[in-house]
Amino acid sequence: MHTNPLSPLLQLSGVQIAYGGIQAVKGIDLELYRGELVSLIGANGAGKTTTLNAIAGSLQLAHGEILYEGEKVKTLPAHKRLRRGIALVPEGRGIFTRLTVEENLRMGAYSRNDKAAIESDLERVYTMLPRIKERLAQVAGTLSGGEQQMVAIGRALLSRPKLLLLDEPSMGLAPLVVEKIFEVVQSVAKEGVTILLVEQNANLALEFSQRAYVMESGKITLSGTGADLLTNPKVRAAYLGEVDEAV
Amino acid sequence: MEIFLQQLVNGLVVGSVYALVALGYTMVYGILGLINFAHGDLVMVGALTALQTMMFLMGVAPGMSPVAMLTLSLLVAIPVCMLLGFTMERLAYRRLRNAPRLAPLITAIGVSFLLQTLAMIIWGRNYHTFPQLISTTPVQPIEGVFVTPIQITIVIASAIIMAALILLVTKTKLGRAMRATAENHRVAALMGVDTNMIIALTFVIGAALAAIAGVMYASNYGIAHYGMGFMPGLKAFTAAVLGGIGNLGGAMLGGVVLGLVESFGAGYIEQMTFGFLNSSYQDIFAFIILGLVLIFKPTGLLGERVSDRA
Repeated sequence: MHTNPLSPLLQLSGVQIAYGGIQAVKGIDLELYRGELVSLIGANGAGKTTTLNAIAGSLQLAHGEILYEGEKVKTLPAHKRLRRGIALVPEGRGIFTRLTVEENLRMGAYSRNDKAAIESDLERVYTMLPRIKERLAQVAGTLSGGEQQMVAIGRALLSRPKLLLLDEPSMGLAPLVVEKIFEVVQSVAKEGVTILLVEQNANLALEFSQRAYVMESGKITLSGTGADLLTNPKVRAAYLGEVDEAV
Repeated sequence: MEIFLQQLVNGLVVGSVYALVALGYTMVYGILGLINFAHGDLVMVGALTALQTMMFLMGVAPGMSPVAMLTLSLLVAIPVCMLLGFTMERLAYRRLRNAPRLAPLITAIGVSFLLQTLAMIIWGRNYHTFPQLISTTPVQPIEGVFVTPIQITIVIASAIIMAALILLVTKTKLGRAMRATAENHRVAALMGVDTNMIIALTFVIGAALAAIAGVMYASNYGIAHYGMGFMPGLKAFTAAVLGGIGNLGGAMLGGVVLGLVESFGAGYIEQMTFGFLNSSYQDIFAFIILGLVLIFKPTGLLGERVSDRA
């Protein structure tokens, strides 16, 4: 693809998404540049998950356009978007509970045929997630939530994504586990993978991200650098205070 | 003792055929949650297509060896059924994937009627003699127990096909994608799996098994007919439920168990009812089993998944 490296990797313009008769996303614009770690924060039901699903191709747009590497992708089905380099770690992890851990990881490499490289990528995932290596033959449904999240992330990495979409990787996990997961996310970002992170734990998300968008009832209401938003009184009142209480 | 062994042999033969057909039901159920009631009619189409091919070959090459003729007729019947399985998924079931559960079920019954009617138009309403290309002259491995070469062929061929299917599903990348799709279509697509292709392939594989089962069934009984798929279809469905629908091993086990129950039932029903019922009532056993399983163990012998779909 002969696109300008300075043009956005991903660009959403005027994106509207409706399902079940409800308009969940009401016209949003969003941009991601190569190598960025950007988060999308907001309350429950703000449309964050819906947005990620639409970028990955699990949901159709009602209006608007998604440009990825400068090309329109909104009509591409999910499996073709993965082949272009968009990987989603879905909300609730989406582990194949009846497959073994290793089979789950290998599903991530389904679209690839470079056998030797797949094996070496598997090894890299094992070194990144040592606890997973001990459980390769185990049926994935028997793993703890944190381990499942690790498998879900490792599986997504095995597709060698250019754009990694993470949907609430901290959900339902103990603080110590969350810390580990964010370490992994950071090391992935350092390798140059562009990441769009959806989080309810706004404090955590803003701390790790270069930029962030704040979503409220289907619209983006604020955006800026992670540091700016962390100190923004509006954000503090609306999200950080609430989250601190909840933790 | 001879009666017991004889019924064991008969049960294994019929059970192998049920198992092959049951696999088609259970694979489609596993991936779509759909009971494809037209699946039994693929058995009929397989048998009648093979018959048609044999007739043609006998006309143009009367000296052809029986094995070559059987092989060629399978090579026609299998692709015809595969194409039919593909077509029914593409034209009927795919459009109904997000429809209420009853819609695809009723559609499946409609497809079944359609296939039977088309077969009746093509092949007529009469029973056709099916050429028994593999010998039906029995041998007696044990005094008083009769086994025919066709029966031996059926059991061995079924075992090989089922072993191959298990290998495909458990050991290959394609099989892994099939299992992943069965568990979660959406996430499988997120892994780069073309789930529509996998679903179509599931129908196609099931149809190929049904075609082979149809040729076995017709070869064993020496008869083919446009309505011949209905009863083995229903029995195979029972076998799939008995084993635990959605579970491949269950379909195989259920098929063999059902074949044995039916066969022993037929062998002993006269004694059991003091001569009131004879072996022509053997079909009641399958449906008694279906009833009992649905009442007492709806998940079947091996199934861990509760069937919450129609």
